[in-house]
Amino acid sequence: MSETAEELEAQETEKEFKELLTFFLAGEEYGVDILRVQEIKGWDSVTNIPNTPEYIRGVINIRGAIVPIIDMRLRFMLEKKEYDATTVVIILNVVSKGNADRVMGVVVDAVSDVYNVPANDVKASPDFGTAVDTEFVTGLATIDEKMIIVLDIDHMLNAAELAVVDQMSE
Amino acid sequence: MATILAVDDSASMRQMVSFTLKGAGYQVTEAADGQEALTKAKSQQFDLIITDVNMPVMDGITFIRHLRGEANYKFIPMLMLTTESAGDKKAQGKAAGATGWIVKPFNPDQLLNTVKKVLG
Amino acid sequence: MSIDLEQFHETFFEESFEGLDIMESGLLELEQGEVDLENINTIFRSAHSIKGGSGTFGFSAVAEFTHDMETLLDQMRNGERQVSVSVVETLLGSVDVLRNMLNAIRDGSDIDVDSVAETTVAIKAILGLENTTTDSVKEQVSEAAAKGWIVHFTPHIDIMKTGNDTVRLIRELNSLADKAEVTVNNDALPPLSELEPEDCHQSWVINLIGGEVSEDDIREVFAWVDDECDLKIEAMAKEDDYIGPERRDDDRRQKAPERRNTERRSGKSSESSSIRVNISKVDELINMVGELVITQSMLSRFGDQEDFTPATIERLKDGLAQLEGHTRELQESVMRVRMMPISFAFQRFPRLVHDLSTTFEKKIELIVTGETTELDKTVLEKIGDPLVHLVRNSLDHGIESPADRVKAGKSETGVIELSAFHQGGNIVIQIKDDGAGLNKNKILSKAKEKGLVSQDERMPDDQVYDLIFRPGFSTADVVSDVSGRGVGMDVVRRNIRELGGAVEVKSTPGEGSVFTIRLPLTLAILDGQLVGIGDETYILPVISIIESLQVKTENINAVAGNAEVYRLRDEYIPIVRLYQIFGIKPISTDLENGLLVVVEAEGKKIAIYVDDLLGQQQVVIKSLETNFKKIEGLSGATILGDGTVALIIDIAGLIDLYQKDMASSVVSIKGAAA
Repeated sequence: MSETAEELEAQETEKEFKELLTFFLAGEEYGVDILRVQEIKGWDSVTNIPNTPEYIRGVINIRGAIVPIIDMRLRFMLEKKEYDATTVVIILNVVSKGNADRVMGVVVDAVSDVYNVPANDVKASPDFGTAVDTEFVTGLATIDEKMIIVLDIDHMLNAAELAVVDQMSE
Repeated sequence: MATILAVDDSASMRQMVSFTLKGAGYQVTEAADGQEALTKAKSQQFDLIITDVNMPVMDGITFIRHLRGEANYKFIPMLMLTTESAGDKKAQGKAAGATGWIVKPFNPDQLLNTVKKVLG
Repeated sequence: MSIDLEQFHETFFEESFEGLDIMESGLLELEQGEVDLENINTIFRSAHSIKGGSGTFGFSAVAEFTHDMETLLDQMRNGERQVSVSVVETLLGSVDVLRNMLNAIRDGSDIDVDSVAETTVAIKAILGLENTTTDSVKEQVSEAAAKGWIVHFTPHIDIMKTGNDTVRLIRELNSLADKAEVTVNNDALPPLSELEPEDCHQSWVINLIGGEVSEDDIREVFAWVDDECDLKIEAMAKEDDYIGPERRDDDRRQKAPERRNTERRSGKSSESSSIRVNISKVDELINMVGELVITQSMLSRFGDQEDFTPATIERLKDGLAQLEGHTRELQESVMRVRMMPISFAFQRFPRLVHDLSTTFEKKIELIVTGETTELDKTVLEKIGDPLVHLVRNSLDHGIESPADRVKAGKSETGVIELSAFHQGGNIVIQIKDDGAGLNKNKILSKAKEKGLVSQDERMPDDQVYDLIFRPGFSTADVVSDVSGRGVGMDVVRRNIRELGGAVEVKSTPGEGSVFTIRLPLTLAILDGQLVGIGDETYILPVISIIESLQVKTENINAVAGNAEVYRLRDEYIPIVRLYQIFGIKPISTDLENGLLVVVEAEGKKIAIYVDDLLGQQQVVIKSLETNFKKIEGLSGATILGDGTVALIIDIAGLIDLYQKDMASSVVSIKGAAA
């Protein structure tokens, strides 16, 4: 019996995979599209920018570019933690509609792994209390019995950063 | 392959003509006015001249008249770029020794066809 | 094979806009009454070029519109038509329409069909033409179905001397038909001994058979040599004579889009991404780079050195000094490449002033000096709009009506001076008018009305005048179309600050006002003074620094509230504790332990308290906005030699921050000593 068009399409999307880089933040594991990850650095000193919220730690120099660094724990009002040997800064390419791409860094507790997840396996997240606003969550994925919270990087680092900071410096 | 001298005070026209003819394998030299063209034509032999009429310093018709007087340009085809309505310019050009004309505006294919016809 | 013409469009647009500028200044000259034939020819050629190019690249609406302009100009240069003010005015209007059309096409927006039609009617009226639609339906009698043709081709003796080739003509003719029989007639050939090889004595009869050839096709082949030969064309055998109307295929006549778009295009600033550079500047660069390569290869030899003797170290030092010198020269050379004369920004003003003086019914003389002063291309492109606003402002609010001027004992004609010159590391642009000056009382009361200053505020005149730059301010009684909408001056200041510059105004009632704009010569590099605040390093632009000094406590005066001023000779300068404004932990809060750096911007001085002065160096300015956002009080960031980021302070912005902080204070910022 020949397959219907829908079945074929379903098979097609099933074949689509998302590659995710996952990291730990306050006990939860989060994932971001690996294509957006420019590089991963250890924590180093940062130049503070005056009159900005605490979660904007400052800026660093990456091969001549001035890149802002955001502390994810502070951003989502989680418990503060001392930076240690596992603390990393993930440098991301952030896309904003109508504007040029930006480069920004986020401080997380530790990097976990890289996973290939079938796109279908990222399910919509129910509205239970994740630390991160659900509007920044693309969905939830289950890998090796773990729950990975997949983040919408563009949304999280675009409107959020500019809007919130603007309000604060008024 | 044949060498062509393209003369026009408009850079975009020169670029278009140059690009079109080079793409067909011709060697093209550009000049922005009649005087520059005359100097270049005298220092290098061209197989075909294509020139606009209205240019500063020396206009196309004067340029053709002068170049026609050169021994090695007696029989070289010289074409003017004219506008449809400029009937008297065609006559003046012919009187100055122009071989013929190409009517503006023209598209690259028209240009190539005419050049191919003239150069064989 | 069709060639994509789009690659030439940008060049066409650029040269067309240049051509329009040439036309405009030429027409303005004509209007003054100077009828110079060379000038008219130049104007004509510009129109002709635009027409030719637009037709070639398929911008038929433009070609059509320019055609009539060209006809008018042609008549003028032939002496067939007198140069009159109304004709010149119409042509000036059409230059505007053309500009808008080209901008619309370039940006992909709608052409303002109404203004095009309106102006076309005006031009055609002058030409005495009916506004006919130019669709020409040519009735053509076609005898295409003739079985064949007999062509008698007798070239004149000199036909070859125009570069025409009889063989080529016959070949072309033959390609039209299925079959051709060519017979040559050599009767007229003189004997060989008398034969001039350059003369043509031969004639031909060519039978063309089949191929659906029309008589027109045949005549087309001989079009060029029409008066250099005798041509007789006979049909071979007539079958059906087909007579009918044949539409002349004018595919060039595309109508402009019919959408009624009445929005006037203000002409987007043409921020082209290309630059014309004088070849000598390029040669200079090539030389510099050559020197640099030599120095580099000399230095690289030291990398192989096993041990370093004092002599080698000396040579290494010399090499490094040379490297520094060459790098600096190269840097200066490269920056010069981006510099263009300010005339590009100034050239729109004669036209603007001319139009506005008509609008406002005032008599204005515009004097422009320093047009050759060079500045960075990007700054040049962005300074245009602020300048326009300031000039409009002078014209609208500054210069009085002729009647008022006479009453005030001035001449009827007001004078606006636009000037540019280099000063220190900056370019200074001044707009000076001999009008009524700023009305201090009106400004102050308006500011109080809008709540910008408190009711019992007392300010020195300079500060009052500076109020016009505050957002939401406007004293125009009637919001005129041109200026006075209250969104003007603060945007002007903001735009200028974004360029790293500053603007201030000085005025004398009854005598006039001067707006002074200061801009850095380059957006990229800055002479910076590094200062330490706590354990952070900030950078102050050297150009803004007046002096640095150690604090003497007896010179510090507290003022009501929490403001402090420092007495420096005969001035009182507000002290700005930067660590407070920026939320930094300083090494010491005791002023005597640190230093005061006195800086100035936009006519205001402050003394910034810092812990340390850390040396001067040239810094490359990097934008914070690329990956982050604009921060008030900062003009950018830079990367220091050790790889860390240091922030650059925007003095004018800092003063704003300080003033906001001290909003309730009675302290006024003293203007720069005259």
